[in-house]
Amino acid sequence: MIDIVAQQRQYCTFRLAQYHCGIDVMAVREILRHQPMTRVPLAPPAVKGLINLRGQIITALDLRLRLGFPPREDGKQPVNIVVGLQDDGEECVAALLVDEIGDVIDIDPTTCETPPDTIRGAVRELILSVSKREKGLLLILDTAKAMRID
Amino acid sequence: MGDLDGLVKEFLVESYENLDRLDKEFLQLEQDPANREVIASIFRTIHTVKGTSGFFGFEKLQNVAHAGENLLAKLRDGVFVLDQDMSSGLLRTVDAIRAILGEIERTNVEGEQAYPELIAELEALIHGAPAPAKPVAPAQTAAKADSPETSTVPAQTAAVGGSLADQSLRVDIRLLDRLMNLVGELVLTRNQILQHVGASASGGLATTGKRLDNITSQLQEEVMKTRMQPIETVWGKLPRVVRDLSKQIGKQVRLEMEGKDTELDKSLIEAIKDPLTHMVRNSVDHGVEIPERRTAAGKPAEGCILLRAYHEGGKVTIEIRDDGAGLDPTRLRAKAVEKGLMTAEQAAKLPEREVFNLIFAPGFSTAAQVTNISGRGVGMDVVRTNIDRIGGTVDLSSVLGKGTTVTIKIPLTLAIIPALVVTSGGERFAIPQVNLLELVRIEKDKAATAIEDVYGAPVYRLRGQLLPLIYLNKELALGESQASAINIVVLQADETQFGLVVDSVLDTGEIVVKPLDKQLKNLAVFAGATIMGDGTVALILDVFGLGTRAHAVGKGREAKVAAAVAPGEAKEALLLFQSPDDGRMGIPLSQVVRLEEMDASKVEAAGESEVVQYRGEILPLVRVFQVLPERRRNPRNPEAGVQSNMLPVVVHGHNGRHVGLVVGRIIDTVEESLKMQRAAGRAGIKGCLVINGKVTEILDVESVVRTVVPDFYKAQP
Repeated sequence: MIDIVAQQRQYCTFRLAQYHCGIDVMAVREILRHQPMTRVPLAPPAVKGLINLRGQIITALDLRLRLGFPPREDGKQPVNIVVGLQDDGEECVAALLVDEIGDVIDIDPTTCETPPDTIRGAVRELILSVSKREKGLLLILDTAKAMRID
Repeated sequence: MGDLDGLVKEFLVESYENLDRLDKEFLQLEQDPANREVIASIFRTIHTVKGTSGFFGFEKLQNVAHAGENLLAKLRDGVFVLDQDMSSGLLRTVDAIRAILGEIERTNVEGEQAYPELIAELEALIHGAPAPAKPVAPAQTAAKADSPETSTVPAQTAAVGGSLADQSLRVDIRLLDRLMNLVGELVLTRNQILQHVGASASGGLATTGKRLDNITSQLQEEVMKTRMQPIETVWGKLPRVVRDLSKQIGKQVRLEMEGKDTELDKSLIEAIKDPLTHMVRNSVDHGVEIPERRTAAGKPAEGCILLRAYHEGGKVTIEIRDDGAGLDPTRLRAKAVEKGLMTAEQAAKLPEREVFNLIFAPGFSTAAQVTNISGRGVGMDVVRTNIDRIGGTVDLSSVLGKGTTVTIKIPLTLAIIPALVVTSGGERFAIPQVNLLELVRIEKDKAATAIEDVYGAPVYRLRGQLLPLIYLNKELALGESQASAINIVVLQADETQFGLVVDSVLDTGEIVVKPLDKQLKNLAVFAGATIMGDGTVALILDVFGLGTRAHAVGKGREAKVAAAVAPGEAKEALLLFQSPDDGRMGIPLSQVVRLEEMDASKVEAAGESEVVQYRGEILPLVRVFQVLPERRRNPRNPEAGVQSNMLPVVVHGHNGRHVGLVVGRIIDTVEESLKMQRAAGRAGIKGCLVINGKVTEILDVESVVRTVVPDFYKAQP
């Protein structure tokens, strides 16, 4: 967390319910419109399905459900943020479903604060820090944790 | 020589590659003689050649390389600075090595040429400072040596040596991955093109489309093959491991292999190398006993470790089976308690299968003595971790005194398998064809009668056998079925059969198995996913996982063995009745003339035996339960549910004579094969069968009757 606060970084922002969120742009591979996906029966609810990304099968996770928000209204199609991380020498790729994609922005680390202790639930560990921007707060998410299903 | 051939070939290919690099490096060195890095690299290459040739016993090659290496060592350590003489001496060393390698490739032996002049020259370069006279002398010898070396031999090697090196090529595995993905994309594009071609009327386009189709399929196949390697690549090194280890600890162990050609993805080959070696070492060290103990136990002094590999259900199964001492569950339980892994009660309750799998727990070692080979309690847990990492499973079964089998199942990451595509609840699924036995279709109007219910479990009578049914849409919590007919996919998993009810059966085809995300791996019902022709993703069902989930397989192995009746085996009708100790007994119906209930008060005594008047003749009675040796001292239910005043009597006849067998309450008649599944436990019993899930003793009517009426079966006068 310290090094996130210490150095200026770029974040890919997106909207999730009423919140503005951001993830480290270095982890973002690409942004895709809503893709046809195959449901995975018996999987945790956050797993929306499997997407064929040019021959690679990746798991799509609904960040709304991951963060404990209510499901998206019918008829609104989410956007896929394809993220990739190195884990144990292996590349882990997943698609995160968000409501709307925003800009890539620079965040001044001095505007960031650790999330308030009063946040409850599963979200607590997903939020790395909160950036106080003029337009409002931006929740910076931990990509690795957001990709995990549990 | 077979195995060695492979190794030598590997050595040759590798050496050629290195030597080609050497040429470049020498030239670089001539430009920059002080470059230590290049010298060190050359030194390493020559050193490797020396070491490996020594291992294969190529003495001449070793000597040449050794001489070159010595000079290089001096250069590397900065004793000398490379000059023209040394450079040409070293280059000719490389030529000589190449020539010998060429000879080995052609004839399998290194040939006659020993290059004494070259070695002498190199020696001279090492010992003497390059005196002005020296370069002249070596130059002469070199000139002499040149005639056979440079003019004739290298010419040959260039042709022959090139052949092996040209036949194989090292390629970055990531390149192959990218190729694989591109081919996948190409296949999808091809499929789309073919749809358009089908719609258009142009004949020329149709022909081209067909060709595109053909070429793409072939390309896909070939690219996939590039990543596959036979498991032999890993196994090849094991005989030596076993040999050395068994020598070291005074055991005699033979290693056998089955399914060497089983192909595995390259990355898997790498991943299983260490775990496999470890387990084989373990088998030698712990599994197989020392010869004296084996002989004492009536086994051949030489132990056997069998490695088996085969494809099954989209997975590769590798078994390591030894005929050693096996694992002692009691000892394992004690050990688990001692290590504080569980309490004594927990240990006692743990099923045997899980007890065996304890040895994969970290820090768990059963070796009474810690050897330097194994027994330190690291290893088996590492094995499991490594196998887990590639999405595989390890299982262990053991019979005390008979041996241990470790079964590793690993997914075929990139393997192509034939599969059946079905739909259920609006989703598509692929089922590996290895698990597929047959397809049954029942029209909707017949469904109500064809599918029967056994206490809530749907079953279908498939040629007289009850086939448990699993509804895929219910099992996977999918939507309701809209199918107009019932499609049953009859599947086999782990020696059990069950029917999977799906909405429709679409197609069969080859699919590329792709592993699921690590996080979804605990969904045992899926073996992976694949990309269908239209670019969408379909899940591949893991038939065993699905069956286990639905309780159709897994626990049933023993019951299955007992209940299985081989098709075509003669069946016989059996009369079942209750035995006094609440068990069941059966009499072949062919030996039964009639069933009667007789009033106990009508039984009369005639000499030592009981008789009853029956249809105008005197019927001797045999009280079966009194004739049979008791199993319990105090039968739980002496009358077997029969009212004491009425006796159930089975009338048995032979040659017009009759005898009445007084039995317990009559239960039923069934059709069953009379192949005994267990030998008789007592006199008067032919053996045991499992009928309708209950152990049933089959009465030996003849012997029972003889105990009371000894001459019943004798021919009448």
